[in-house]
This record gives sequence, C-alpha cells and structure tokens, in this order.
Amino acid sequence: MSINTKSNGSVSKAPGSVIAGFVTLFSYGLLYGLASSAPAYAEPEADRQAMRAHYEKRFSGIPIEAHKDGVYAFDEDAREQWLELEDFPPYEIAVDEGEEFFNIPLADGATYSDCFGDGAIKSQYPYFDEERSEVITLELAINDCRRQHGEEPLPYNGAEIVRLSAYIAFLSRGQIIAVAEPVSEPALAAYNDGKRFYSSRRGQLNFACSSCHVQLAGKRLRSERLSASLGHVSHWPTYRLKWQDVGSLHRRFARCNKQVGAEPFAQQSPEYRNLEYFLTYISNGLPLNGPAIRK
Amino acid sequence: MKKLLSGLLLPCLLFISTFAIPTVRAENPPTNDLERGKAIAFDRNAGNCLACHAIDDGELPGNSGPPLMQMALRFPDRDVLRAQIWDATVRNPNTVMPPYGKHKILSDEELDLVVDYLLTL
Ligand code: HEC
Ligand code: HEC
Repeated sequence: MSINTKSNGSVSKAPGSVIAGFVTLFSYGLLYGLASSAPAYAEPEADRQAMRAHYEKRFSGIPIEAHKDGVYAFDEDAREQWLELEDFPPYEIAVDEGEEFFNIPLADGATYSDCFGDGAIKSQYPYFDEERSEVITLELAINDCRRQHGEEPLPYNGAEIVRLSAYIAFLSRGQIIAVAEPVSEPALAAYNDGKRFYSSRRGQLNFACSSCHVQLAGKRLRSERLSASLGHVSHWPTYRLKWQDVGSLHRRFARCNKQVGAEPFAQQSPEYRNLEYFLTYISNGLPLNGPAIRK
Repeated sequence: MKKLLSGLLLPCLLFISTFAIPTVRAENPPTNDLERGKAIAFDRNAGNCLACHAIDDGELPGNSGPPLMQMALRFPDRDVLRAQIWDATVRNPNTVMPPYGKHKILSDEELDLVVDYLLTL
C-alpha cells in the first residue's frame, strides 16, 4: 500500500502520533476531507478495516454492528424514546402499501416476483455490473424489472418506489451486508469516486461528509449527536419524523449536501450510486435492519 | 404514542437548522455593538458558533470545538483571532470549522463585531 503519494499534498499532514491502523484513514483522506482529487488506491478492504478501527477506538465498548442504529447506538436518552416508537412503527403502512404494489401484475402479466423471487433480496444490492459498467442499486433494479415487463419506470423521488423498497427492506431484515470487493478497474473507479465524494469538502460551510460522520462522530452540533458512517446504509428506506414519511438513502444524502450549502444531486444519479457503493462496501458485515425510524 | 411523538418532535424541530445557510437575519437586531457581535455569533442563521462551541451563556452548545473563553488571554493579537474565524483551515488544514470570511458566511463588518465580542470573554 502506498501512503501519502497524493499529487496535491495540501491535506495529507497526518499527526505523527497516529497509530498504525489509522494511517490508512489519514492517507485516504477519510478522516480529514480531501481538498481535491484523490489517487485511485486499490485497497477497499484496507479502507473498511481502517474505518472499523477508527470507530472501535472512538466508541470503545460499542460493537461496530450497533452502529446500524445510527445515533441510538450511543445516545442513551434518545434511544429509550426511539425504542418506544417501534411499538407502533410509523413505517408499517408504507411496508403494507409496498406489499400491495409488489403483488400488482405488471403490463405483461408478470409480477415483481419474476425479478425478485420472494423479495428478500436487498443484500444483493448495490453491486457493480461489469457489463453495464455502473453501480446497480435496488431502485435501479426495480425500474429495470418494470421496463422488462412493459411498464414505465417509476420516478425515483416518488411514493411508489420508496414503498416497494420499504417492503423489500422489511423482508430482507437480518441479512448481512456483503458487497463483493471491487476488483476490476471500472468497479474500483466507481468505488473510489464514492470515496472521494465522501471526503471532499463542499458548500459554503466547507464540510466533507467525513468531517461530520468520521471526524466528529459521537460529538454534538448544538444538541445533535453525529452518527458513524458504518451502518449509514443498513436501514433504508427510513421513516423520518421530520419528513412524516419514509424516504430513501439518497434523499438523506441530498439533505446532508444541502445543509452545508452544497448542491444536492438527483436520486440515483451516478454520484449518489457510487457513494452508496462505497458506503455499503465499508459497512460489510453489518446486518440489514430497514425500515427504521429517525428524527 | 402521541405523547411520545411530540416528545421526539420537539427537539427535532429545534434542531432542523443545526446548520442553515445564512438567509434571514434575526429581526430587531440589538443596537449595542458588543450585543450585535454576540447575536451574530449565536444566531443559527449567521455565525452559529454555538453549534460547536460553548460560549458565555449560550444555550445548548455543541461540543465539536473547544469552549471559547479567556479569548483576550489566548489571543493577545487580535489579527490572529480574526484570522482563525476568517479561515480556520490556514492554521489547521483538517479543521471542521467553516471559513467564515473566505466563504463570505459573514461580512467583514460582522466578522469584526464577532471578534470584538469574543475578546470580552
Ligand atoms: C454538518 C454536518 C454534516 C455533514 C457535513 C454531513 N452530515 Fe449526514 N448527518 C448530519 C446530521 C446532524 C445527521 C442526523 C443525525 C445523525 O444521524 O448523525 C445526519 C445523518 C445522516 C445520515 C442518516 C443516518 C441514520 O442513522 O439514518 C446519513 C446516511 C448521512 N447523514 C450521510 C451523509 C453524507 C453522505 C454526507 C455527505 C454528502 C453527510 N451526511 C454530510 C450531519 C452532517
Ligand atoms: C463545525 C464546528 C465549528 C463551528 C461552527 C465553529 N467552530 Fe470555531 N473551532 C472549531 C474547532 C474544531 C476548533 C479547534 C481548532 C481547529 O480545528 O481549528 C475551533 C477553534 C476556534 C477558535 C480557537 C480557539 C482556541 O482556543 O484556540 C476560535 C476563536 C473559534 N473557533 C471561533 C469560532 C467562532 C467565532 C465561530 C462562529 C463564527 C466558530 N468558531 C464556529 C469548530 C467550529
């Protein structure tokens, strides 16, 4: 593994005291945002291990798997209230509606089962499709299935696709995230694109995703605790009290872009799919637990 | 359930704009310059320094940055303090503190008012 070979050396100053496992995080710009282009290191598994080591150190006593619950992994006060909400989960209606959509025959008489079997398939996504040379997410696969069977694709920001994915997420609970390690050059390019996105500063407030969710994870902005990146992909779609509805992971990405004054990207844009690919790979080993509830 | 929801919603509403791009300034701004500096530092839609720093009597501060206290002692040179707020990445390239002057989050005048206020802490 090569370290600190960044062409623009502007942010590669790793404090001398960092422990060995940390070096990867620093040199990859994940702990501290990258100013611009990062090199295409072919070390996804090293990234994953470094991220795990970072959070294990920062949240000592909290198993990595617990971060599937976001801030509730370590925010004890909020956790109580949150657990009680699960008694009457507000995402339940969306799951039921998703089931109905799932069983409505498509134009040619086929159903979604012809594409997705019993529907417990979320852990197969996202993956890098070598033939198409792009990241395929569950949402993309749903629209592929529709086209295949004579239907128009669903709009990614609409109610129907998020309900279908809520139902599929529900059926897939407990599956373990296991994205295949990117090996081919195009797969690595997509992974590195997502990684670079995550660690690049943007917006008027000049934050990278990693500023808040790696560097400041566990700390507070005002009273709001910041969750760890590992587990960020495990529980979507999620019912947000603020949205009063279930929403997708990409909708959350857009929200986090906007709050620092950066332009959001469209749901299922190549940028957000690559970001999802990177984040899901580094979350390998965590269980799927969607849909969930968040503030 | 209803009670629970409102219990969760309240803090949620409070923190919707943990960060918000400055658009609307507080109405009826205070007239005294030090008070103005303080108001700018505290306002969620302006400095929002409380997002990260405990300052004076500011309510519900975050803990992402160090508490701001004894500023005159820590920053005998006013320009050094101003530079920290103008663009904190100069001193620490990895900082999470937004570059208030460089990215025009605060105007020059607002920045000076904040610096003057900080020096009273
Ligand atoms: C200024 C800080 C900040 C930045 C920068 C930021 N976020 Fe967030 N993010 C938050 C806060 C606050 C929350 C809600 C509390 C939490 O879960 O951390 C959140 C929540 C999330 C969640 C949901 C977590 C869950 O458990 O459901 C995801 C996913 C996420 N952010 C991804 C990103 C991505 C991707 C980026 C970069 C585009 C990003 N964030 C940048 C502050 C930030
Ligand atoms: C997102 C979090 C964040 C916000 C918002 C923020 N800061 Fe900071 N600030 C930091 C951090 C972290 C440090 C520690 C040094 C560093 O990283 O630059 C710091 C350091 C400082 C220091 C130096 C303190 C010392 O004792 O050396 C001053 C002064 C300061 N900030 C003022 C402000 C002011 C004024 C505002 C609002 C206009 C503000 N900060 C907003 C995170 C923040």
